[in-house]
Amino acid sequence: MATSAVSLEPAAHTEAHELSFLRKYIFSTDHKIIGIQFLLMSFVFLLFGGLMAMMMRWQLGFPDRPLPAGQLLPETMAPGGILLPEFYNSLVTMHGTIMVFFAIMPLLVGVFGNFLIPLKIGAPDMAFPRLNMASFWVAFSAGILMMAGFFVEGGHAAAGWTAYAPLSADPEWTGVSGGQQIWLLSIAILGLASIMGALNYITTVVNLRAPGMTWFRMPLSIWSLFITAILVLLAIPILSGAAIMLFFDQTIGTHFFDWTDGGQVILWQHLFWYFGHPEVYILILPAMGMVSDIIANGSRKPVFGYHSMVFALISIAFLGWVVWGHHMFQSGMNPTLGMTFMISTMIIAVPSAIKVFNWMGTMWRGNIRFHVPMLHAVGFVAMFVIGGLSGIFMASTPVDIYIHDTYFIVAHIHYVLFGGSLFAIFAAVTYWYPKMFGRMMNSTLGKIHFWLTFLFYNLTFFPMHDLGIAGHMRRIYDPSQYEFLQPLAPLNRFITVSALLLFTVQILFAVNFVMSWFNGKKAPENPWDANGLEWTVPSPPPHGNFAKVPTVYRGPYEYSSPLVEDDFLPQTRKLASDVDPAAAGL
Amino acid sequence: MAHPALMHPPARREIGADVYSEKLGMWVFLGSEVMFFTALIGSYIILRFGSPEHWAAPGQILNIPLTAVNTFLLICSSVTMVKAFAAIQDGDQRLLKLYLLATVAIGAAFVGVQAYEYTHLVHDGFLPSGYRPGSELAERAAEGLLPVSVGVYGSSFYTMTGFHGFHVSVGVICMSFVTWKAYRGAYTKEDHRGVEVVGLYWHFVDLVWIILFTIVYLV
Repeated sequence: MATSAVSLEPAAHTEAHELSFLRKYIFSTDHKIIGIQFLLMSFVFLLFGGLMAMMMRWQLGFPDRPLPAGQLLPETMAPGGILLPEFYNSLVTMHGTIMVFFAIMPLLVGVFGNFLIPLKIGAPDMAFPRLNMASFWVAFSAGILMMAGFFVEGGHAAAGWTAYAPLSADPEWTGVSGGQQIWLLSIAILGLASIMGALNYITTVVNLRAPGMTWFRMPLSIWSLFITAILVLLAIPILSGAAIMLFFDQTIGTHFFDWTDGGQVILWQHLFWYFGHPEVYILILPAMGMVSDIIANGSRKPVFGYHSMVFALISIAFLGWVVWGHHMFQSGMNPTLGMTFMISTMIIAVPSAIKVFNWMGTMWRGNIRFHVPMLHAVGFVAMFVIGGLSGIFMASTPVDIYIHDTYFIVAHIHYVLFGGSLFAIFAAVTYWYPKMFGRMMNSTLGKIHFWLTFLFYNLTFFPMHDLGIAGHMRRIYDPSQYEFLQPLAPLNRFITVSALLLFTVQILFAVNFVMSWFNGKKAPENPWDANGLEWTVPSPPPHGNFAKVPTVYRGPYEYSSPLVEDDFLPQTRKLASDVDPAAAGL
Repeated sequence: MAHPALMHPPARREIGADVYSEKLGMWVFLGSEVMFFTALIGSYIILRFGSPEHWAAPGQILNIPLTAVNTFLLICSSVTMVKAFAAIQDGDQRLLKLYLLATVAIGAAFVGVQAYEYTHLVHDGFLPSGYRPGSELAERAAEGLLPVSVGVYGSSFYTMTGFHGFHVSVGVICMSFVTWKAYRGAYTKEDHRGVEVVGLYWHFVDLVWIILFTIVYLV
C-alpha cells in the first residue's frame, strides 16, 4: 500500500529527463503506452481468433477436403489436414474465448479506457499508474497461459466459451482436463487484471477531471467507459468466483456442479450469465460512446440528445443485470420467470433505440464528412440495428425455443460483436491513430478496407440467419452428416468463401496500420477539427499529457456553433462570455 | 507541473469527490469484493436449499466454540485497527505502532486458528470432496448419525472459509507493510492515508467473516 508514492508518480515523471527504454516502452506506467500495449496484444489475439474462425469455416464449407496448409498442424489436431472433431470443439471454444476476453474486451476497455480517459478529462495520467501497468502485465500473462492450453495433453478446453457444466466439469465428457483447467485459471487471472483496470478508471473519472469538466461536459466516450468500468467491476468477480468453483470441481474434487453429490448443474449457467449479460454490454457500451464522438465530429453537429444518450447508457447498464435468464429459456425455467426475463429483455430495446435515433438525429442535415472513422461509425449504427432487431427474436420465448442453439444465434452475436463492436473499434482506431502514433493513416486504403469489409462481412454473416431458421445447429462439426442440412451445403460454402475474403481484406488494415506508423504523414494536433481535450496537445502527447492543467468551458460537441467562425469550438477555448469554472463554483 | 489532484497534502485538492483517490479506489475495490463473495454465498444458499440432506446439523462436524473464539479475535483486531487509526489522527506515533502490531498479531492468530481447525477437520475425515473413506466421520455416517454424504457441504465450507482466510492473509501482509512504514515514520497527523485505506479493507474482511460464521457455522 505505497499510497502516497503511487499518486506522486506522474508528477515526478514529468520532471524526470529520460527514462530507460524498458521503463518507457515495456514496464511503462504511462497510460498512453499501456493503451498501445493493449492494442498490439489484442490485435495479435484478434488474428489468432480469426485464424481459428477460418479453420472452422473451412470445415463447415468443405468438410471432406483437407485444410489448406493443414499439414502444418500436428497429428493430434488435424491428421492429413482434416480437422479432428475434438480439435474442432477446441476451436469453437477458443475462438469465442479469445475474441471475447482477449480481443474485443481489451480492445474496447483496455486500449481506449487507458488511452482516452486521462486525455479526455484533462488528467496527467491514471489515478494509479503502477496498478495500471500491473493490469496490462497480468492480462498479458493470462493471454500467454490461455494459449499454452493448446499444447497440453488432451488438447485445449472444448466445452464452449460458456463452459457449461457438466460438459466442462467432468473430463469424461469432452476428454479434456488440463486444457479446461488452464482455461479456468486464465479466466480468473484475467478477471484480476480487469478489476484492477476498472477501479482505476472509476477513480480517475471521479477524481481527476480538470477544472470545469463537469459530469455533463464529459464526452460520451468517457461516460460509456465509466459505466462499462462499473459493469466490469461488479460482473467480473462473479465469473472469477464461478471459474474458481469449477476449477475446484476439476482439481480437488468439490461437488458444486456435480448433480450426483448435491451440486447443481444449472447453477453454473446462472453464475455465468449473471456475469455474461453485463459482459454483453461491456462489449458494446464503449463502442456506442466512441461512435457518438465520431458521428458528432463527422456530422459537424452536436450530438442529438446528449443527456438522453447518457441516461440511455445508464439504463442499458442497469437493465443488463436483470435479463440474464434469457440465455437459459431452454435450460428448464419456470414459464412465469421466463416471461419476466422476456419482458425485461425487450425493455432494453427502448434505450438502445433512443441511441440509434439520436445518432440518426445527429447526422440529420449535418455537414457530413465521410472520413474513414465516420464510415466505420455509420457502419456500426447500421449493423447494430440488425443485431439489435435479431436480439428481439431471441428475447421472445416462443421464437427462442425454435431458434435456440442454431446459426441464427451465431448470426446475431456476430452482428453485435463484429458488426457492432469491431466496426466501432475500426472507427476508433482510425480516429485516434494520429493521436496515438503521431501519423495519419492512409485514407484511400482505409476507405477500400471499409467497403470491402462491410461487403464481405454482410455476405458472411447475413446468410447465417437463413441457416439458423432452416435448423442448422451451431457448434456442429460436420453438417454433411445430417440429411436435412444437405440442401444448405451450397450456402455453407458461400459463407466460407465470403469469410475467407473477409479475413483476407483485413490485410489492408494491417498494412495500413504498420506502414502509416513508419511512413504516414505527420499528424497535426487536431486533424479532425474536433473539440475534445486530447486534440489540444501534440500528437503523440508528451509524458504527463498537458503542459498546464486545462480549463474546460463547455461540452465536447459544440460543432457549427454560431458563436465562432470555425465549425468547431474546442472545450478549452475561452470566449468572452465564458466564466472561469472556479468563479462559477464548478 | 503537477495536476492539483495529485499534489501532496496539505496543498492537495480534489476536483471530484471530496475524498482522496486511494480511499475512493479502495471503496470501489471493496464493491468488487462484495460481488466475489456474493457469488460464493449465493451459490451456497442455492445449493443448501436445493439439497438440505447433504448438510450436517450445526456443531455436528464443525467446532463452533473454537470458531466463536476465533470470531471474537477477529473482531478484536478491528478494534485495534480503529485504535491505530485514532492514534495517528492524534499524531501519536507510539500508539499507532503498538496498535498496528496488535492488529497484525491478532490477524495472524486468526489464520493460525483456522489452519488448526482445518487440520483437525481433515484428520476427522471432512474434506472438500466429502467424507474421507474409512475415517471416523465416515463411520459415524455409516451408523446413521450423520448425513450419508456431505460432498457439497465440504465443497462450500472449504471454498468460502478458505477464500476468507486468503483475504485475511493478504490483509496481514499489507498490514505488516503498513506497520513497517509506520516504524519508518511514514505517517503523520496530516497524512495517514495508508493506515486508513488498509483499515477499510480490514474492516470489510471482518464483516464478511461475521456473515460467513453465521451462515456456515451457526445456521
